[in-house]
Amino acid sequence: MEPIESHTGKVFPLNRANVDTDQIIPKQFLTRIERTGYGQFLFFHWRFDDDGNKRDDFLLNDSKYVDSTILLSQENFGCGSSREHAPWALKDYGFRVIIAPSFADIFYNNSLKNGLVPIVIDKDQVNEWMEQALNDKLTLAMNLKEQIIRDESGQEIHFNIPEYHKEKLINGWDDIALTLQHEEKISMYENR
Amino acid sequence: MGKKQTIIEKIWDNHVVHSEAGKPDLIYIDLHLIHEVTSPQAFEGLRINNRTVRRPDLTFATVDHIIPTKNRDIIKDDVARKQMEALEKNCETYGIPLADMYHPDQGIVHVIGPELGLTHPGKTIVCGDSHTSTHGAFGALAFGIGTSEVEHVFATQTLWQERPKTLNIHVEGELGTGVTAKDLILAIIAKFGVRVGTGYVIEYTGEAIRNLSMEERMTVCNMSIEAGARAGLISPDETTVEYLRGRRNVPEGEAFDELAEQWLALATDEGAVYDHTLTIDATEVEPQVTWGTNPGMCVPVNSTTPSLAEVDNKEDVERALYYMGLEESQPITSIEIDHVFIGSCTNSRYSDLRKAAAIVKGEKVHPNVRAIVVPGSFSVKLQAEKEGLDVIFKEAGFEWRDAGCSMCLAMNDDVVPPGGRCASTSNRNFEGRQGNGARTHLVSPEMAAAAAINGHFVDVRQHEVVV
Ligand code: SF4
Repeated sequence: MEPIESHTGKVFPLNRANVDTDQIIPKQFLTRIERTGYGQFLFFHWRFDDDGNKRDDFLLNDSKYVDSTILLSQENFGCGSSREHAPWALKDYGFRVIIAPSFADIFYNNSLKNGLVPIVIDKDQVNEWMEQALNDKLTLAMNLKEQIIRDESGQEIHFNIPEYHKEKLINGWDDIALTLQHEEKISMYENR
Repeated sequence: MGKKQTIIEKIWDNHVVHSEAGKPDLIYIDLHLIHEVTSPQAFEGLRINNRTVRRPDLTFATVDHIIPTKNRDIIKDDVARKQMEALEKNCETYGIPLADMYHPDQGIVHVIGPELGLTHPGKTIVCGDSHTSTHGAFGALAFGIGTSEVEHVFATQTLWQERPKTLNIHVEGELGTGVTAKDLILAIIAKFGVRVGTGYVIEYTGEAIRNLSMEERMTVCNMSIEAGARAGLISPDETTVEYLRGRRNVPEGEAFDELAEQWLALATDEGAVYDHTLTIDATEVEPQVTWGTNPGMCVPVNSTTPSLAEVDNKEDVERALYYMGLEESQPITSIEIDHVFIGSCTNSRYSDLRKAAAIVKGEKVHPNVRAIVVPGSFSVKLQAEKEGLDVIFKEAGFEWRDAGCSMCLAMNDDVVPPGGRCASTSNRNFEGRQGNGARTHLVSPEMAAAAAINGHFVDVRQHEVVV
């Protein structure tokens, strides 16, 4: 996994609650057997109409937001299906950080496994940034080591992330390799 | 006597391989179910890193998500066919048992696990599918995982997991006549919301739950994920034991009785404390219909869609009504449908089909409606055919299909067209779930059957059942 320690980028405001993984990556793209190449299908039915043309009513198509790397959304982001294709698509499109007041459990885990940083920020702060990003544009700077997001006004917002997740993200560690250090204990469990 | 524990804590403590302060626990996985869609990249990961499947004997594979439910031989989509072939090849390489498209054990992964007796109380069960919570009906700790975790279980037979918080959803009283397990779980989600279970494992308790059959319990636990919880379970009791007795993959005779004793001892101790408890009165639950684009957007059949003046999340409600092509304050019974889908891991078991058939018997599907029944497994299909249910459905004008996920997520040819409206016994009414632009209303099998006949929603309690 590619390590990530800090990231500065433009914010794409997706002002909806309960954005589900069926919307993030619709099922017709789940038949592929690769891990890459899903970015083109991200939010497919929100981005494109039935003829494959870009829809003007979806902000990610706006030149102002098209190259965003931080996604800002509302509660329960990533609910629904366990498909890891959702973080793959977000990452492949170019997103590195997702900010929301809450995440669905499976999506949160899947993101961490792919170096996509899910950050929980309280709703009032999310709403403040949402408004700024919608009205104008917004750049945020995330520092994982310090657990801080700095906005353009210089305001610094602290966020929580479990220490072991943080360490893994920063070092880009492979979970399986870490687990296999406990191989002996696994065998012991199996033979108990 | 030791500390009083919930079943969740007991199962957890039985499975910790390694634990360290400030880190998640490393827990052992007893059963790993896999299917064609979420496994190929995990196998690829193994190959790249020169790893192998540690316990193929604790792994079981089937195909369900993308397979056709008629004319099995024809998978039109090349990419989809490649995915099926990949699973076959991978299972062969790593020695994983596979129930393929033609195998008598084939079916939706969450239907066949219990059927084959692979699902036991006290097991930890995972699958790259969020409805793995279904197996919780047996008092197993069962949850959905992503593909990286699938790879992790392949390589190590373990997972790093935070000790979950426990949520008791206590269902008092008894369900009324004509009110089903599906109505109960929809009412729970409508009442407490789609986020109530986030970070928790749910245990369902109370009289109404005890009175449910195993198949009904599976319907309830299946939709735990729709309430935000990765897992939901029910403490085992005699109903659980009797369901498993005599199945394949469970021992016989005395060995079974001994095992059954152990299972029953897993039940939550009297007086054990949960992190959180919520209560709902079963006597107040009525047949439910979802009107919106998440399962919490759900009301009793005799009421209406919300009025915009009365909701706090006006924008979400407006957007959902717009997508669904509905007005505010519109009576549910006035909603006309053109598709009916009876199937999915929520409601495709034999008793679901039997109850739907009782409504359909001697009736005809409304001329505006295309209705399909997709049994959850090959074995459900055979049993239903033995009892003549297929004839009842076919005579009424339903299509009778082979087992698979089918129109639940529309990855095969079973798709609701744009603007189409479907009464569905599945579990997700997200935008586009059953087809791009398709509108989904989640209901029980009985309600779906009654809607198929009437062409719109009706209160199934007013529908006369021909026995
Ligand atoms: S029936 Fe639907 S919800 Fe169940 S496993 Fe298949 S696709 Fe998933």
